[in-house]
Amino acid sequence: MNLLVFLIPVALLMGALGLIAFLWSLKSGQYEDLDGAAWRVLDDGEDQPED
Amino acid sequence: MEAEKALHELPPSDELWMASRQLDNGRRQTELAVPGVYCGACISTIEKALKAEPEVERARVNLSTKRVTFVWKEEIDGKRTDPTKLVGAIAAVGYESHLFSAAVEEADSERNLLLRSMAVAGFAAMNIMLLSVSVWSGADAATRDLFHWISAAIAGPTIIYAGQHFYKSAFNALRHGRMNMDVPIVIAVTLSYGMSLWETMHHGAEAYFDAAVSLLFFLLIGRTLDHLMRDRARSAITGLARLVPRGATVLSEDGMREFRPVDEIVPGERIVIAAGERIPVDCVVREGASDVDMSIVNGESMPVTVAVGTSLRSGTLNLTGSLVAEATAAMRDSFVAEIIQLMEAAEGGKARYRRIADRAADIYAPAVHTLAFAALIVWGLYSGDWKHALTIAIAVLIITCPCALGLAVPVVQVVAAGRLFKDGIMVKDGSAMERLAEADTVVFDKTGTLTAGRPRLTNAAEVAPDILAQAAELASHSNHPLSKALAAYRSGGAAMRDVREVAGAGLEGKTDRGIWRLGTGEFASGVASTGEGSQTVLSLDGEPLATFQFEDSLRPGAQATIANLRNNGFSLSILSGDRESAVAAIARRLGIESWQSGVRPGGKVDAVKALSAQGRKVLMTGDGINDAPALAAAHVSMAPATAADVGRQAADFVFMHEGLDAVATAIAVSRKAGRLIRENFGFAVVYNAIAIPLALAGLVSPLVAAIAMSSSSIVVVLNALRLRGGGQKSREDAKDDSVSSSAVLAS
Repeated sequence: MNLLVFLIPVALLMGALGLIAFLWSLKSGQYEDLDGAAWRVLDDGEDQPED
Repeated sequence: MEAEKALHELPPSDELWMASRQLDNGRRQTELAVPGVYCGACISTIEKALKAEPEVERARVNLSTKRVTFVWKEEIDGKRTDPTKLVGAIAAVGYESHLFSAAVEEADSERNLLLRSMAVAGFAAMNIMLLSVSVWSGADAATRDLFHWISAAIAGPTIIYAGQHFYKSAFNALRHGRMNMDVPIVIAVTLSYGMSLWETMHHGAEAYFDAAVSLLFFLLIGRTLDHLMRDRARSAITGLARLVPRGATVLSEDGMREFRPVDEIVPGERIVIAAGERIPVDCVVREGASDVDMSIVNGESMPVTVAVGTSLRSGTLNLTGSLVAEATAAMRDSFVAEIIQLMEAAEGGKARYRRIADRAADIYAPAVHTLAFAALIVWGLYSGDWKHALTIAIAVLIITCPCALGLAVPVVQVVAAGRLFKDGIMVKDGSAMERLAEADTVVFDKTGTLTAGRPRLTNAAEVAPDILAQAAELASHSNHPLSKALAAYRSGGAAMRDVREVAGAGLEGKTDRGIWRLGTGEFASGVASTGEGSQTVLSLDGEPLATFQFEDSLRPGAQATIANLRNNGFSLSILSGDRESAVAAIARRLGIESWQSGVRPGGKVDAVKALSAQGRKVLMTGDGINDAPALAAAHVSMAPATAADVGRQAADFVFMHEGLDAVATAIAVSRKAGRLIRENFGFAVVYNAIAIPLALAGLVSPLVAAIAMSSSSIVVVLNALRLRGGGQKSREDAKDDSVSSSAVLAS
């Protein structure tokens, strides 16, 4: 019983983290262009970082 | 040369300004459709080309929607930016770009709401299941109560948030006195939550929180899949409105030129239409001559010569010369507006179709309700324990809840859409597949559908190579379809000087050898040409050198597909806006007995409606804007990817490959999908036949309900996946269309 006091919140928290991560990725537009993302991985681009 | 041509067709600068969105700090954002992008190289080419312009701050290509968005400064070093230059940069690397009306964001927010609901329901289902499993494996009473309370705390908000979709739809249905699938879902979820909460408060052992939430989760998966598929379907109406320019240059009495929004143009005003622009409103030519691409009106790619006094329809494309015309109708009474009205009216027919899942719900929902209610009454009277009776009634509702219906149909349709996609066929909507499976009549447009829609030089071998090269050199200066076909043979003829294009006649250019002319027989050599079909004559100093013959060729696989469809019992016909002789020739060649020529857009709709009135389910296959209303009116419709934007948008299916065999493939896959859906319904009936007696007998515990529900969903998904196996053809095989498509039809 004592263990449960820790384990259940931990389990819920981890689940909630996953949920928040998904909602964040949805909101930041990461599902807008799935086809393009697959190609952009292969694009080396210029060596300098973009400003 | 390609780039030069593309530049020629760019939207004018004023229009780009009008279409861009103003941001802060004197920056503007423009979004353009670039249909030509398909790979990573395209992304980086376009982005690099745009970023190389000093005015551009950011540029990003979206490959899924095939659009580019870029942010640019209104002025740089005190100079006003010309957006045409930026669009020109895209054209210079070889990509066409178009303006479009932005009205797609609504669909995105709906999709995001569904995805969020699904994520929340998934999270809740997972955690509650975790707790439930420990309860089932024998937690002691105190732990069980704690777990039930935690479950209740998670399930409550989840049902309110993730279930809003179902609650709204059920409420709407009930308010209009109808039943739909969502009504039993909502009742089951609400009752089981309320019941479980009551049970939890009284330290009971049986709570259905897991069942309620996982039911929502499974159903949301189905809804989301369904929505993602429909997402591709964009409104045909917005596509058509895009054909009309946003503004036009108006010539006032005192000769001043002013660029005004198109809806402010009134009849009687004079407008200037440059070569390469679309006609903004219906008008009559007052000055100038040109060739106008009328494909929007009659579906034919061959331009029509216009001169002073000719009336022009809005949305048609001015190709070769600049015109001054007097507006005869305001924008809302113009031709394009007329087509939009035709389409709006026609779309009602499609909306009357009720999806299989909805029709099933009509029978299913009342049956389930009656059973559950009967269980409540009978058990209540029999045992006198009304709480127990209510538990049984809820078990009946949950176990019969239409997972098979809510998930089976969308899963089958998504798998079928993926299967079609491999063969280069895009489906807009799941119901389109259901409708296609019912089709028994196929109506084709001619130009661009049965034929490839562009003229091909047929006698290249008979003409001396150096003369052909010279003709091609001259032809490359024009946008006329025949010239474009000829220009493909360009191979180093002497460069032409002082090239001029005479609208409706031909081209003239000079070399050291003399004056070359290419065009109608009368223009080139002073003798009207004779003979059938399209031809042009090349002359040097008035002396005819060669006659070029052109022909519109059949699409590959057309013969085989038509034969295949006829053997499968479809009745076939052709509706074309072209001349009688051309249509008759094609019909004879393909062996299609029923055909009509010279049909106007409204006439196509009437013909399709007449067929429908005879009880036929019409598959309309067409590509032109003039086909768009008929595409919308037909029971189901298909268009090639080469179709006009509106045709593509109005059609339910779009096929990307050249071959016409896509029609047969789409029908075969749709029929197979229909069979799988019926199998899934059959499975649901069998499943219910076993589960309902158990539930009625009071033998279903929450554990049994959870297992039964998940397993039925899995079986249904596995059955849908069968569509992926077998009958797949790779790109190489696709050429062998006649064999493979008949194999698919037979399978």
